[in-house]
Amino acid sequence: MPVADFGDAGVVSTETLNGVAELRAFLRGLPGVDEVGASERAARLATRSIKTSAKAEAIDLAISMVDLTTLEGADTAGKVRALCAKAAHPDPADASVPRVAAVCVYPDMVDVAVRALDGTGIGVASVATAFPSGRAPLAAKLADTRAAVEAGAAEIDMVIDRGAFLSGDLGKVFDEIAAVKDACGAAHLKVILETGELATLDNVRRASWLAMRAGADFIKTSTGKVAPAATLPVTLVMLEAVRDHRAATGRQVGVKPAGGIRTTKDAVKYLVLVNETAGPDWLSPEWFRLGASSVLNDLLMQRRKLATGAYPGPDYFTLD
Amino acid sequence: MPDRLSVRKTYKLYIGGAFPRSESGRSYPVADPKGNFVANASQASRKDVRDAVVAARKAFGGWSARTAYNRAQILYRVAEMLEGRRAQFVDELRQAGASKSQAAAETDAAVDRWVWYAGWADKLAAVTGSANPVSGPFFNFSTPEPTGVVAVLAPDSPLLGLVSTVAPAIVSGNTAVVVASEPAPLAAVTLAEVLATSDLPGGVVNILTGRRAELAPWLASHLDVNAIDLTGVADDQEKALREAAAENLKRVLRTAPGGWDAVPGTERMTAFLEVKTVWHPMGI
Repeated sequence: MPVADFGDAGVVSTETLNGVAELRAFLRGLPGVDEVGASERAARLATRSIKTSAKAEAIDLAISMVDLTTLEGADTAGKVRALCAKAAHPDPADASVPRVAAVCVYPDMVDVAVRALDGTGIGVASVATAFPSGRAPLAAKLADTRAAVEAGAAEIDMVIDRGAFLSGDLGKVFDEIAAVKDACGAAHLKVILETGELATLDNVRRASWLAMRAGADFIKTSTGKVAPAATLPVTLVMLEAVRDHRAATGRQVGVKPAGGIRTTKDAVKYLVLVNETAGPDWLSPEWFRLGASSVLNDLLMQRRKLATGAYPGPDYFTLD
Repeated sequence: MPDRLSVRKTYKLYIGGAFPRSESGRSYPVADPKGNFVANASQASRKDVRDAVVAARKAFGGWSARTAYNRAQILYRVAEMLEGRRAQFVDELRQAGASKSQAAAETDAAVDRWVWYAGWADKLAAVTGSANPVSGPFFNFSTPEPTGVVAVLAPDSPLLGLVSTVAPAIVSGNTAVVVASEPAPLAAVTLAEVLATSDLPGGVVNILTGRRAELAPWLASHLDVNAIDLTGVADDQEKALREAAAENLKRVLRTAPGGWDAVPGTERMTAFLEVKTVWHPMGI
């Protein structure tokens, strides 16, 4: 189908929704996911050996895809500023390290992060809509979103109403996403599916399509507050969904696994998965992000190992 | 009636309280002094070194925070377990070439050496610490602190040499990554089984078997290793290892060949200590 029929990517989905019945029928009509097959495929791809110069490129690409995140009740302005400094210069001793994609904070810290990142070209992402549970009235979620956008957030990470999704109230989930997308204005919308609570990969596939049809610019696995967070099979299913969605509608949607990605090896596995599932079109920070914080230090340590030939230690990198 | 097939032991590494095979999948044959095959031992790679250092670093916080009294109890428990496996160690030392009486004597000496070092846990601070006279209304104390992760390149003596280098490294609260004797590594793996059943937290001692010349440079250059014991390395490697160790100012210990089995002093323990000095205001 020609792209022109569907307008610009990033605009609220122009697809016409013929009511909840059509949406339900569409999502129910999606083919089921072979859970064993998906796990096997993800495990197979995870055995790819990425070494030397390919590894060096993968590390730099992964660093440039990191959404450096701090989402703690104990966050302070000082901690957010420290994180922003790290985002701009991940390794102060090495200027060749690329900067990260974005800094992800709670809405009340957006203002601090925007000022700290001024001039660096790094966007500020803010979680919103009563993150991480999403249990708040719609008006509160929209106010949360608008406040973050007004404070300067370029990206909004919203959570879907898992309770409504699991009880079959798909219309409510759809309407909420569409309303939040509307409240985002020019800001990009990432929709967190919280796959750890969706129970099956079939649900992950349905929720992915639901979010994409409602206008998501990105679909994101998890809040990081629920175990299991991002896993390879879940990300595989989501990557298949964005690939099929582009093939069907022409609109490209990004993917962001978040939570549980701690080592360079994990990060590289995700890159292989992206390349083999969605394709190289998604291998850029514009279309694929890693929601993490601790992985950055491991990436930097591996980078230094490749450069110097000696194993580095965590003492030589920031604590955050 | 046919003889029963014996169930033979797979000699593996000891990392983080578990017994993995080498990440590389390699092994090397261990022979007795006459050249007869005895067993295959795992041949650790640099990635096993990396994993072992991570495990040792992870264990350091908990081990160093224990009271000296508790560390002594645990180390004494190790000696009890050593004693319980005396016959097995004697057998393995005989396989490595010792006579019956030599093997018995070395095993006894190793147990006694371990007990001797265990007793030092709660005495080190009294012997090496001090209350310093200062010109002001302060109490001023210097106390010994463990330095962190210690890499131990153990000498070739399969058991006594191993015990004499590992025990002094960990008694003060350090954690250790040990490269066992290259020609006779089997007793080291049995020692790992003793450690694993002695309440010693996983990761405090990690034992690798394999080519010393291959593993030593990775330990010497590793920036998350705080000290290195070069007792077991060949003379021609010492200089390069010392240079690599200087990158992050590792504490380096190298005793003269054979020095490890002399009547021990405190040198092997104090080599891996740092000194913390605190100023405390006096009450009025």
